[in-house]
Amino acid sequence: MTATQKRIIINRLALAFSTLSAVIALAFLFWILAVLVMKGVDALNWNIFIYEGSPPGYEDSGLKHALIGQLILVGLATLIGVPLGIMAGTYLSEYGKSSNLAHVIRDISDIMMSAPSIVIGAFVYAIVVMPMGHFSAWAGAIALAIIMIPIILRTTDDMLQLVPGTLREAAFALGAPKYKVILDVVYRGAKAGILTGVLLGIARVAGETAPLLFTSFNDNFFTTDLNEAMPSLTVTMFNYAISPYDDWQQLGWAAAFILSMFILGLNILGRLILLAGKRK
Amino acid sequence: MIDKIFLNMTRTSALLILFIVAWIFVVLFDHSTEAMRTFGFDFITKDEWAPNVDKFGAYAAIFGSVASTFLAMLLAIPVAIGVAIFLSEIAHDKIKGIFGVSVELLAAIPSVIYGMWGLFFFVPILRDIFGGMGIGLMAAGIVLAIMILPFMAAVTRDAMNTTPDILKESAYALGGTQWDVIKDVIIPYAKAGIIGSLILALGRAIGETMAVTFVMGNVHHTPRSIMDPTTSIPVTLANEFTEADSSLYFSSLFGLALTLLVMSFVVIAVAKFYFLRKVRKGQ
Amino acid sequence: MASIIDIKEECALNVRDFEFTYKGASAPSLKKVTMPIAKNSVTALIGPSGCGKTTLLRSFNRMHDLYPGNTYNGEIEFEGRNILGAKEDLIHLRTKIGMIFQKPTAFPMSIFDNVAYGMRLQGIKNKTELNDRVEKALQDAALWKEVKDRLKNDANGLSGGQQQRLCIARAIAVEPEVLLFDEPTSALDPISTQGIEKLVIELKERVSIIIVTHNMQQAARVSDYTGFMYLGELIELGHTEELFVTPKEKLTQEYITGKFG
Repeated sequence: MTATQKRIIINRLALAFSTLSAVIALAFLFWILAVLVMKGVDALNWNIFIYEGSPPGYEDSGLKHALIGQLILVGLATLIGVPLGIMAGTYLSEYGKSSNLAHVIRDISDIMMSAPSIVIGAFVYAIVVMPMGHFSAWAGAIALAIIMIPIILRTTDDMLQLVPGTLREAAFALGAPKYKVILDVVYRGAKAGILTGVLLGIARVAGETAPLLFTSFNDNFFTTDLNEAMPSLTVTMFNYAISPYDDWQQLGWAAAFILSMFILGLNILGRLILLAGKRK
Repeated sequence: MIDKIFLNMTRTSALLILFIVAWIFVVLFDHSTEAMRTFGFDFITKDEWAPNVDKFGAYAAIFGSVASTFLAMLLAIPVAIGVAIFLSEIAHDKIKGIFGVSVELLAAIPSVIYGMWGLFFFVPILRDIFGGMGIGLMAAGIVLAIMILPFMAAVTRDAMNTTPDILKESAYALGGTQWDVIKDVIIPYAKAGIIGSLILALGRAIGETMAVTFVMGNVHHTPRSIMDPTTSIPVTLANEFTEADSSLYFSSLFGLALTLLVMSFVVIAVAKFYFLRKVRKGQ
Repeated sequence: MASIIDIKEECALNVRDFEFTYKGASAPSLKKVTMPIAKNSVTALIGPSGCGKTTLLRSFNRMHDLYPGNTYNGEIEFEGRNILGAKEDLIHLRTKIGMIFQKPTAFPMSIFDNVAYGMRLQGIKNKTELNDRVEKALQDAALWKEVKDRLKNDANGLSGGQQQRLCIARAIAVEPEVLLFDEPTSALDPISTQGIEKLVIELKERVSIIIVTHNMQQAARVSDYTGFMYLGELIELGHTEELFVTPKEKLTQEYITGKFG
C-alpha cells in the first residue's frame, strides 16, 4: 500500500468518525427534543391556562400562576436590565472606546456572562432576601437582571461599533451635540442589532432556574404581589418534576414545553430581525 | 449640559458592572467568614457534611463538581470536535445551515429540561445496564456532556471557520486529503481558539446547576465508583439553601458559592485571556 | 474571433473548447476556451477583473472541486489524458500541478515542516532525503541563505516576500511539472515582487509556468506567451512581445493601451 492510499483510507475513516459524531449528537438532542414535544403536547390543555396550582390529585389544576409569575419576573428583569445594559454598552462604544477602563469593563462583563447563575442567586439572597426577611419577586427579578446586563452590554457595544464613523461625523458636522448624535443617528443605525441582543438576553434569562430557587422561590398560587414569593415556570417545573405525583409531573412537562417554545420563538425572532436588518 | 448628564448616566451604568462583580465577591466572602473561621482548611479537605452536628466539609461537593465536569468534558470534547469538523468541512451548505442553526437553538434550551430528561429517560437506562440507582456521578457526567455539547460544538466550529480558505486551498494544492488539511492546517491554525472555546464550555459546565441536580443524588460522600451518587457545589446549593437552619450552615453554603465562583472565574479568565485573546490578536 | 497562436514546441497543457460554470450560475464563466500552454516557458494570463483568468487557472489543478456544484465541459489535456474526467486522481494531479496564491500561505508550522509538507504527504520519511530536498528547494527558491539557521522557527515569523518564496519552495519540493501562480505578488512590496519575478524566470527551466496577473508590466517582464481574456473568453494568445507591441485583436489593443480595465 502506498503512502497516498493509506492517507486516503485514513481520510475516509476520519471523515466517517466526524459524521458519526454529528449523527450521535443529533440523535441524543433529537431524543430530548422528541421527549419534550411528546410529553409537553400530551400534557397541554386549556385548563393549564385557566387554573392555578392545586394539591396533587385535583382535576382543576393548571399553570396560570407560574405563567403569569414568569412573565412578571422576566418583564421586571427586562425593565431593570435592558436600560442599564444598553447605557453601559453605549458608554463602552461611544465614550470609553479602547481606553483601559473600557477594556476592563468588557473583560469583567464577559466573564460575568459565563459565571454560575446559582451564585448570583446566593448573592441576591444575601443582599435582598435576608434584609427583607422573606423571598420576593423583586429578588428574583434582580437576580435575572444581573445575569441579563452583561449580555445586553456586549451586544450593544458590538452593534454600536458596527455603525460607520462617517455617519457620526456627518451628524457632528451638522452641529448636533453628542447625545443627540447617539440617540438619533447611532441608535437608529444599530436598531436591529440592539433589538436582537435584547431578545436573546430575555431568552437567556427566561430559561434560568437556579438563580430563582432562593430569591423569588415559588408559590403554588396566583399572586401579583412583588413583595412576596412568586411562582415561575422554571422553578415550578423543577418542583413538579421531582415530586412523586404523576399529574404534577405532567404539568412539569407542559411547563417545559411552553417555556421552550417561548425561548425558541425569541431566538428565531432575534435572528430574523438581524437578518432583515442586514439585508437592508 | 444634557450631554454631561447623558455621559454620566452611561458611565455610571458601565461602572455598575464592576461594582456588582466586586460586591458579589465581598458579600460571598463576608457571609462565608464564619465557616472559614470555624473550619479553616478542613472546609475544603474534609467531606463530612453533617448539618445536625454543625459540621461542614465541602470536599465531596468540590470533588463532585470537578469529577462530573471532567467526565462531561471527556465525553463531550471528541464528539464536539467531530461535530465541528462535520459542520465546517464536511456538510453541504444546506445541511450546514440547518444543522448549524439547530445546534445553536438547542444551546438555548433551558438546562432544567436536560435534567428532567436525564431523570425520567436516561437514568432508568443506566439503572437497567449497571444496576443500583442509576443516579450518580456517571449520570451527571453524561447529562452534563449532552447539555454542553451544542454550545461546545458551535463555538469550536466558529473557531475552525476562522481558518482562511486560501490556507486550506494551499494544502489541497499540494495533494492533501480533507483530513490532512483538517489535522495539519485547520486545527493547528485554530488551536488557540479551539482550546479557548473548550475551556469556556468547561467554565459553563462547572457552574451548571439544573442539568445535574436531578441526577446526581445529593449525597455528601466522595464517590468510590463512577456509579455512586454524590453531590456537587451547585447541587448542594440548590437543594439545601432554603433548608439551612443555623448561621454556620448558611455560612458554609456561602463558602461553597464563593468556591464555585472562584473556580469558574479562573477557568473562564484563562479561556478568555490566555487563549481567546491570542485569537483576537492573530486576526 | 479569437486569434490563438500556433505553438510549435511541445505543450505542457492543452485546453480545448473548455467551459466552466459556477454552481447555480445561468451562464458559463468560461466560454469555449482553447489554449495551448508551452512546456518550459512562462504563460501569462491578463485581462480585467472578472474576465475568468483566475477561474481558468484554478481549473488546471481542479481547485473548483473543493466547492461542490461547479461543472466543467470540454477538455484539458495533461500527460496525454483529459484531466477533467470523473476518474481523475486529484491528489496525484495536484502533486504534478502546484499552485502559488495571491497571499503567502505559510502553514502554522516550522519553516522546515512547511517545505517538507508535500513530500511527507507522499510518504517520504527518510531524514536525509527530506533534509536534502528541503535544502535544495529552499536554494531554488532563493531563500536558503536567509533561513538556514532557523529552519525550526515558525514560518509565520518570516516577512511577506520570504513567506511567498517559502510557498514556492514548498511547491517545487514535490517536483511538479506545472506551477500555477495566482497573482503571486499582489500582496508584496516592489522589492519582494522583483525577487519573485526573477524566480519565476529561473524556474521555467524545470517547470512550465502559468501566471495570472493584473499587472501588464509584470506579464511583459516575466512571460514568453501572454493570453488576454475578456468576459470569459480567450481573445488573444501570442508571443508576449508581439502581443504587447502588435496585438492582432482590437480588444487586446484597447486593453493594453488602457482604454478600459
